[in-house]
Amino acid sequence: MGYRGIASVSKNTGVRALTERKWKKRKENKVKIRKEEVEYVAHLARLEFGEEETEKFTLQLNDILTYIDKLNQAETTGVSPMTHAMPLVNAFREDTVISSLSNESSLANAPETRGSSFRVPKVIE
Amino acid sequence: MELNQLTIHELKEKLLSREITSVDIVESVFNRIDQVEGKVHAYISLLREDALRGAAGADQKIQEGAGGELCGIPVALKDILCTKGVKTTCGSRILQNFIPPYDATVVEALRRAGAVFVGKANMDEFAMGSSTETSYFGVTRNPWALDRIPGGSSGGSAAAVAADECIASLGSDTGGSIRQPAALCGVVGMKPTYGRVSRFGLIAFASSLDQIGPFTKDVEDCAIMMNVIAGYDPKDSTSVPQDVPDYRAFLNRDIAGWTVGIPREYFRDGMDPEVSAAVKKAIAVVEDQGARCIDISLPHTDYCVAVYYIVAPAEASSNLARYDGVKYGYRAENCRDLLDMYKKTRSEGFGAEVKRRIMLGTYALSSGYYDAYYKKASQVRARIKEDFAEAFKRCDVILTPTSPTPAFKIGEKTEDPLQMYLSDIFTISANLAGIPGISVPCGYSGRGLPVGVQFLAGHFEEGKLLQIAHNYERHAHIERRRPEL
Repeated sequence: MGYRGIASVSKNTGVRALTERKWKKRKENKVKIRKEEVEYVAHLARLEFGEEETEKFTLQLNDILTYIDKLNQAETTGVSPMTHAMPLVNAFREDTVISSLSNESSLANAPETRGSSFRVPKVIE
Repeated sequence: MELNQLTIHELKEKLLSREITSVDIVESVFNRIDQVEGKVHAYISLLREDALRGAAGADQKIQEGAGGELCGIPVALKDILCTKGVKTTCGSRILQNFIPPYDATVVEALRRAGAVFVGKANMDEFAMGSSTETSYFGVTRNPWALDRIPGGSSGGSAAAVAADECIASLGSDTGGSIRQPAALCGVVGMKPTYGRVSRFGLIAFASSLDQIGPFTKDVEDCAIMMNVIAGYDPKDSTSVPQDVPDYRAFLNRDIAGWTVGIPREYFRDGMDPEVSAAVKKAIAVVEDQGARCIDISLPHTDYCVAVYYIVAPAEASSNLARYDGVKYGYRAENCRDLLDMYKKTRSEGFGAEVKRRIMLGTYALSSGYYDAYYKKASQVRARIKEDFAEAFKRCDVILTPTSPTPAFKIGEKTEDPLQMYLSDIFTISANLAGIPGISVPCGYSGRGLPVGVQFLAGHFEEGKLLQIAHNYERHAHIERRRPEL
């Protein structure tokens, strides 16, 4: 069963190559994101949509991405990207053992458990 | 006056003089909840018995002459804050049964200060929204007009304070989620500097933007709450190890000689005329108090919403990858295999707005698009932060409207995500730059809807914000109305 997952990922690599080609044509193309790209991104995000939902998301994402295009008007040559509000350096602490959650309370919210572990559907056939 | 209408500082005085007990306050709050909660729906869950037990304990402590800053005061918590042993849903189906095994650091701090928890307040699912309409547990209504939204995402926390269903509350602010609902519900709301308050136990939305802060009935209460929740926490590596001043020391001071920046980009045509008029009156009030108001420019203001809707969804798409149906939360049934389980669980567990943002973020971070979107947005973000740094060389604080309009109608913007996003146009910049902001009531629209004025200051200048906000509150003489429910 697990192999089916991998197969679908590699099948989608094809879709990705296609989208990269599309990206190059983007400037003269008014459509920001197509239905098949929405389907591909949904797969990456581990989501799935019905036909109608996919179409709605495609329209809405187009709207939003068209709006976001205004970023291209901002001059950013030589500006370093900012990833955090505060300049962060590594936050180190002494390597001392402190208390942590017990196995029991770690498992308390799990949908399914067996023994001291989380239980999931079979991964390998 | 009912006890549920009073502020923390008023109640503390009565508690310490033994005029009333904490049980009296908690009973008053729950009486009010019994009367109005059916109309407002500010809460996802109520903690009536725990609160009464907590109040009895607080009364005992007060008898003994002990008890902290908030001893016996009923407080509401946004349902995004992990609360040990209490269901914490984040407004989502995917966490509908989640019972955290630990307290958020701010929850622990409130407990230590003696606060009594009334309940967990409603919110937009995963704090994604500006109207509290995306909650899996139903819409919260604005206490001032039940056909209108309370703002969001912390709409429940704001409405609960406005409707006297608690004395104060905590919310979280990623793009305006404290300040905008505070403005729309006519209460005080503060977003502290990024790193000022620990985010440990705050369910993550966008980690570089999220910050916890208080909703209160006045500015003095805001200072009291900030004294309890601010400070370094070794459990949050982004919290900043810097001393916390006594925020109450900034109250009752004048602002003579201050310079207040009025960013011209925040006063453009198209703003609601009633909001504009109320904010202009606020400018006159601070000038009357001896502050000099100057025209300033924040040139990259126009890009804030666009930057935010790349950065926040990108961080969200990665933060929300943890909801996979394995360790906690909802799991879909009848799944073929692990991948099928992930997809079904997430598709059934998340609502439309959360999915939209996960999609937007995943797309922006995906191969081929990263530079065009995430990198570009992060560069423009740096320029927005520079704008503020430049501005604060010329002024002590900045004054703006909190929201471009008063509360809009329920359902008005749900079909048009972009219009919804644009309602955060004046609040997003503070999160992108990491600076603190406060919203204070500054009047009412013709329909009687509250309007808020926002003050912004440089990093770790919450004291300045409280100083000017308190000064403004004392001298603005805004008519003290209460919502009719």
